[in-house]
Amino acid sequence: MMDGLLTLAIDNLSSPLILSFVLGVGAALARSDLTFPEAAAKALSIYLLFAIGFKGGVSVADHGADLSLGAAILAGVALSAALPLIAFGLLKVLTRLDRTNAAAVAGHYGSISIVTFVAGTSVLEGQGIPYEGYMVAVAEAMEAPAILSALWLLSAGGGEKRMDGHLWREIMLNGSIVLLVGAFAIGMITGKDGLAEIESFIVSPFKGALCLFLLDMGLVAGRGIRQSRGVITPGLLLFGVVMPPIGAAIGLTAALALGLSTGGVLLLMVLSASASYIAVPAAMRVAVPEADAGIYLTLSLGVTFPFNLTLGLPLYLAAAQAVIGG
Amino acid sequence: METHDAKRVAIIVETPMQRRLTQAIEDSGVTGYTILPVIGGSGRSGAWTAEGQVSRAGGMVQVICVIRPDRLDDLLKHVFDVVERHIGVVTVSDCQVLRAERF
Repeated sequence: MMDGLLTLAIDNLSSPLILSFVLGVGAALARSDLTFPEAAAKALSIYLLFAIGFKGGVSVADHGADLSLGAAILAGVALSAALPLIAFGLLKVLTRLDRTNAAAVAGHYGSISIVTFVAGTSVLEGQGIPYEGYMVAVAEAMEAPAILSALWLLSAGGGEKRMDGHLWREIMLNGSIVLLVGAFAIGMITGKDGLAEIESFIVSPFKGALCLFLLDMGLVAGRGIRQSRGVITPGLLLFGVVMPPIGAAIGLTAALALGLSTGGVLLLMVLSASASYIAVPAAMRVAVPEADAGIYLTLSLGVTFPFNLTLGLPLYLAAAQAVIGG
Repeated sequence: METHDAKRVAIIVETPMQRRLTQAIEDSGVTGYTILPVIGGSGRSGAWTAEGQVSRAGGMVQVICVIRPDRLDDLLKHVFDVVERHIGVVTVSDCQVLRAERF
């Protein structure tokens, strides 16, 4: 099993996706002037979310939606709401963060990273392992509940109420959520015929676009790492690499209870292990401005994201295969 | 050419707060403002840049409005309610406008 894990890890590390990310981090750390214009990063992100959502919707149209889809979504919501509580407890043990910063960081770890999810699907496709197409819907359902848990952790500590109607609307109608859900719906409605019409745009160039996006994420992560000296303590660093496997283990338990396939198990593990760097930071800046964005963004993007991408994915797949087989 | 006194209020605020800020400006009765992108900078919270940001959380914008001097206090009160707890800079400066009736 160790040999298999090692081969998988090496295959994963030498993929264009990971190497693009590594290039970005390296360029930022070396203070290169390589940058992506803000609009290019946004355009790539819109393309990727549309393609991911659309393909997920087509897959559900193809295989049909059943009760397992609803159960998986409910499990995703529960995981997203519960994981911040575990992360908060772990932060209290491993770090000296105050309640405000600990709650803000914890919220990130209940929510998800869609790029880590896509990297997970890419590993599965590389290994020829099928997965449930509706996992995209589960990913979307896991974006927001964690924010509510983080705000609850704050108010439970005697803090003021942070949630208002505006924030609630901003979270639920966050551009990335609307795009993912909307593209998923279009994919479901138009099915395979719809996919055939736009396949040459959303399927073939997908991995190349993802490489560029990962290059940009590497640049942003590298800049964060460079500026975070003194902010990210050893305790926080430890949290950033210990929390993902804990989340993955809890995701594994939920996936087994749902009876997902090996591919589906891996994806739920990846979703539980990943940390948000889009929806949650935006909500935290509005609701909890006192929390230090340098801590939660760097931890999520500069520590946990690369950990999951490089070591986490092969580790979670090996665990999923060991438990389920296949 | 005749010019008239006016106040120029410039507010740099985090992008996620942009809509709340412009709403506060409108609530104060000021309907004219301009939003400018901010490329990057450095301050008490460290250096940052808008380049390549994958989250709106990392960006900032500048909102500028030019108003009649008698509207200033009310505008600042509304603006301060939004920006009080947030990263940002609010500046007020004197300026001259050509068409006073527009402000």
